[in-house]
Amino acid sequence: MCLAVPGKIISINGNEPVARLGQVSFGGICREVSLAFVPEANIGDYVIVHVGFALSKIDEQEALDVFEHLRKFEMLDELQEDQHEIR
Amino acid sequence: MKYVDEYRGQEQARRCARLIARLTTRPWVLMELCGGQTHSIVRFGIDELLPAGVEMVHGPGCPVCVTPVELIDKAIEIASRPEVIFTSFGDMLRVPGSQRDLLMVKARGGDVRIVYSPTDAVKLAQQNPDRQVVFFAVGFETTAPANAMAVYQASQLGLKNFSLLVAHVLVPPAMEAILSSPENRVQGFLAAGHVCTVMGYTEYEPIARKYRVPIVVTGFEPLDILQGIHLCIRQLEQGRAEVENQYARSVRRQGNQPAQELIARIFRVVPRQWRGVGQIPHSGLGLSDEYADFDAERRFGLADQTIQESPDCIAGLVLQGVKKPHECPAFGTRCNPEKPLGAPMVSSEGACAAYYRYRRQPVAAH
Ligand code: SF4
Repeated sequence: MCLAVPGKIISINGNEPVARLGQVSFGGICREVSLAFVPEANIGDYVIVHVGFALSKIDEQEALDVFEHLRKFEMLDELQEDQHEIR
Repeated sequence: MKYVDEYRGQEQARRCARLIARLTTRPWVLMELCGGQTHSIVRFGIDELLPAGVEMVHGPGCPVCVTPVELIDKAIEIASRPEVIFTSFGDMLRVPGSQRDLLMVKARGGDVRIVYSPTDAVKLAQQNPDRQVVFFAVGFETTAPANAMAVYQASQLGLKNFSLLVAHVLVPPAMEAILSSPENRVQGFLAAGHVCTVMGYTEYEPIARKYRVPIVVTGFEPLDILQGIHLCIRQLEQGRAEVENQYARSVRRQGNQPAQELIARIFRVVPRQWRGVGQIPHSGLGLSDEYADFDAERRFGLADQTIQESPDCIAGLVLQGVKKPHECPAFGTRCNPEKPLGAPMVSSEGACAAYYRYRRQPVAAH
């Protein structure tokens, strides 16, 4: 029920914040989505959509940080291992 | 799909699982709060990648599952009226009430329609001025902005034939109910990323402090969930109990402000009955006084009544993480998706449905 999926804003209609609608593409399938809750989102941005409403704009840097996290902790792990060997 | 596929790579999942294994020195019990996460865990076998002793228990994070029988019966009563077009997300149609489900009402000629968004129901009300259109507003905080907007639109349009049957539930009070139960085994939580997308996570900070329990706001893809588990176990191993945000690509600490403002205007916090769990104070949303005219229970004058739930269904224990679905004697036999005894077997996010679909046999102990 809380399923929400990321999609890319292709076009935007309406200027008034509550009435702002966008065409959002989900891997090529387009749907009309309310952009009322993401006034900061523009064409080309990715948004998380739930039952026809965009709930957030995806932060690209944070999206990449998930992989950074993995690398960072792997490095930490290796460091600890090295220290182990030195001791 | 971008922002989905890249978090599903097997190699990365294995690397993350390795990190978890190296970190873990003793057994831990974690609970994921969202049914979407439950499905990912069971579907991708994430629990099987975890080191021995780390157990994932499945939380109450399926709004369909926790909607009480009383409300299903009210939905059925409303949907059976000839003047009503009853609209709902598809999941609700097969949830058993005390006698029947909504699908049976439809089969007997009731006008029950599945909609994708609550605003579709508002459109139906506009197109059918001589009918009463009711939307079954089920959901956690994630769905509240959409339902609030539907009411707001209906009031702007001056619609007198639109109303909501509200069954909204809130996550933090349910967490507190789980943590204060004497049966509780949960030592750390994965909070639901989309609930927090709307509400932020400031509400979770006092819970983490009070119960000394780490809470990691977590996404839904396999890598997200493994990373949430990693952060949670890291805190446990280090003796910390804080709120961390794994799903920062969507979740900001303060959440979505315009959405929260609209929710606060249309709804108010009410006590709510949770199926199989009982009443939890401050754990639901009902319509605010200003928008009380859009309340279907009021419009149709339905009285409260208490109904016995199926004695065979242990959904309450499953939803609180005390029992796993396959520990239910009815699982897969008397209760299956064709003939469900309880809502967790119906909903696409219910734990029983996930186990039925992906894991008919219990996983052997490591
Ligand atoms: S398997 Fe069926 S009867 Fe058992 S707890 Fe789940 S929904 Fe209820």
